[in-house]
Amino acid sequence: MSFRQPHLLGIEPLHPEDIRAILDLADRYADAERGQGVRGRPLEGLTQINMFFEASTRTQASFEIAGMRLGADVMNMSMQASSLKKGETLIDTAMTLNAMHPDLLVVRHPHSGAVDLLAQKVNCAVLNAGDGRHEHPTQALLDALTIRREKGRLHRLTIAICGDIAHSRVARSNIQLLGKMENRLRLIGPPTLMPSAAADWGVEVYDDMAKGLDGADVVMMLRLQRERMDGAFIPSEREYYHRFGLDAEKLKAAKPDAIVMHPGPMNRGVEIDGTLADDINRSVIQEQVEMGVAVRMAAMDLLAQNLRAARAADADAKGVMA
Amino acid sequence: MTNARLHNARLIDPETGTETLGWLRIEGGLIAETGEGPRQGGLDCGGLCLAPGLVDVGVKVGEPGERHKESLRTAGRAAAAGGVTSMVTRPDTLTPIDTPEVLDFVRRRARDDAIVRVHPLAALTKGREGREMTEIGFLLDAGAVAFTDGDAVTTDTRVLSRCMIYAKGLGALILGHPQDPGLSRGAAVTSGKFAALKGLPAAPPMAERMGLERDLALVEMTGVRYHADQLSTAAALPALRRAKAAGLDVTAGVSIHHLTLNEFDVGDFRTFFKLKPPLRSEDDRLAMVEAVADGTIDIICSMHTPQDEESKRLPFEAAASGAVGLETLLPAALRLYHSGQLTLTELLRAMSLNPARRFGLPGGRLSVGAPADLVLFDPDAPFRLDRFTLRSKSKNTPFDGALLQGRVAGTWVGGERVFDAARDGAVA
Repeated sequence: MSFRQPHLLGIEPLHPEDIRAILDLADRYADAERGQGVRGRPLEGLTQINMFFEASTRTQASFEIAGMRLGADVMNMSMQASSLKKGETLIDTAMTLNAMHPDLLVVRHPHSGAVDLLAQKVNCAVLNAGDGRHEHPTQALLDALTIRREKGRLHRLTIAICGDIAHSRVARSNIQLLGKMENRLRLIGPPTLMPSAAADWGVEVYDDMAKGLDGADVVMMLRLQRERMDGAFIPSEREYYHRFGLDAEKLKAAKPDAIVMHPGPMNRGVEIDGTLADDINRSVIQEQVEMGVAVRMAAMDLLAQNLRAARAADADAKGVMA
Repeated sequence: MTNARLHNARLIDPETGTETLGWLRIEGGLIAETGEGPRQGGLDCGGLCLAPGLVDVGVKVGEPGERHKESLRTAGRAAAAGGVTSMVTRPDTLTPIDTPEVLDFVRRRARDDAIVRVHPLAALTKGREGREMTEIGFLLDAGAVAFTDGDAVTTDTRVLSRCMIYAKGLGALILGHPQDPGLSRGAAVTSGKFAALKGLPAAPPMAERMGLERDLALVEMTGVRYHADQLSTAAALPALRRAKAAGLDVTAGVSIHHLTLNEFDVGDFRTFFKLKPPLRSEDDRLAMVEAVADGTIDIICSMHTPQDEESKRLPFEAAASGAVGLETLLPAALRLYHSGQLTLTELLRAMSLNPARRFGLPGGRLSVGAPADLVLFDPDAPFRLDRFTLRSKSKNTPFDGALLQGRVAGTWVGGERVFDAARDGAVA
């Protein structure tokens, strides 16, 4: 089996085989980027449009570089400044873009489900670059690739995800992916930042870092998403840092070889100690960024293959009818 | 022609709780005579169910202000096709129905355009802003059947208590929308597994109980007649039962959607399933069905809320709430009959007799002297709903493509036949 999806809208619809297919190819691209292998130009002649309805630096840059390295023509559209201000709806924007015949559409939107909606209205491959609090599938895939390369496997690991779970699409995608790959998951955070139904997800829920990190192989920190909060969730950043910020002392509860991850951008001194984040023996944060490009190359390559196959089948069908 | 004879009908009388095969004679727009057994002459009903027409409380019509979503003409046709003979219409229009002049406009438009009876609700506070009460006395004189600010919950309990005291003096009925505004702010779905999985902002069931408990405390204080427009959670029911046991003049409704759908029907962010209050858990749904069966919940309504395509073709959080329901109220309700959870007389009690009684309207009965507002339906006829066949101007039904069982064959208002499936085409 291999990757069979027309879009990458989330981790939820993926089969473990889909996930493995992306990670295996991404592995090869990661090596190629380090000078060990050839990457080729599989996206030659295809047009990739990055539509970001919400500010992003790293994800947008990562998709842009990934596309360019594989030979796609890449265009960036910052949608905050564009037609939305003139009152155009998301679907109209999508239809307009669709008329320009893009092949790959990379979309970030502040509302959960907005990328699903858009994917129903266009006839190209759509990649979700983050929708509201719902999913951020390429982030989960790059985290998975980082873990697999560091730990040599992606199953039967104890992985702790810490911080603002409630507002995090990174957490939702990671919980889906790491669960599908049969890992033991723990969520740690203050109860105000924990979804009420988290316990139904087949995970363990903690509000104490020492207990939650005990014996963990991987520690994933999440950014405190102050921009998504609409009320009182924590009393102060210093109390949050004291109880839930990761530092060398709290990390002692985890396994001695536990790795530290963060999707970025980091709030140093709020959810993670700056020195620990920079510790190359523990922190894999820079490698996550590197794997981000490789995973996005792999995802776009596989989607483009499926797109070309679907279009060829379409053309064949038309030929038969004619 | 308001004289007619109907025979070979299965008469469903929610007042007496009986089902009999018999006949019915209409004279001067009223039911003149009924009886058991065969009788010749007039319309042969072919053994179908003949019941008092449905009385649907809380129908939104886009007049004034949003006629492109639904007019009194289209709502009336939809109602007739759905077996609804009386619509109690909502005041949350643009502008709100908060003066006798606007109310009079609606009544005139209804008289000229609607083929079923229209009984308007009026706003409780001016502009539905929760600051000053409307002219409750004048509005009653102009024909308002009850008062409500709809989903614009009055947060100032001092204002609300004064409205209630004033309304009590006039014997007016007040409708509440039990929902704590703080806990439910910005919510798109109900709290729980589904909301957490999809990353959508959610209202906890407790927000409904808090809203209801607050309103009931004010009802106890003021003695006003009160109806909770829609309840949707098991958490709210004990409070309602306590209030009824304590003898407060309190009733409650539930929408047909909360009786037949649950939170997971939203699926992949389908905005036609975005409602206010949101669809709840399966446990809540079952609790509501039981509450209808045991009489805790008095009224089933459609909460008909027409929305145009544009307001629904948006990301889930940004999309408008509400669903149309006039034409699907009866077939959807019959799901509960076919599943053995409610009998036909129980359903008709909640959709016809009780709302008519509570809102002081004629109808809801098959007894001699009652207006000949009738629905003839085949409870077993199956069909698959195509939303584009709906008579409503707006097509936002959650039942698009759904298999339903039960079709309206005919509808009479005051003895006039306003719908005939053979002539007008059944809901399909």
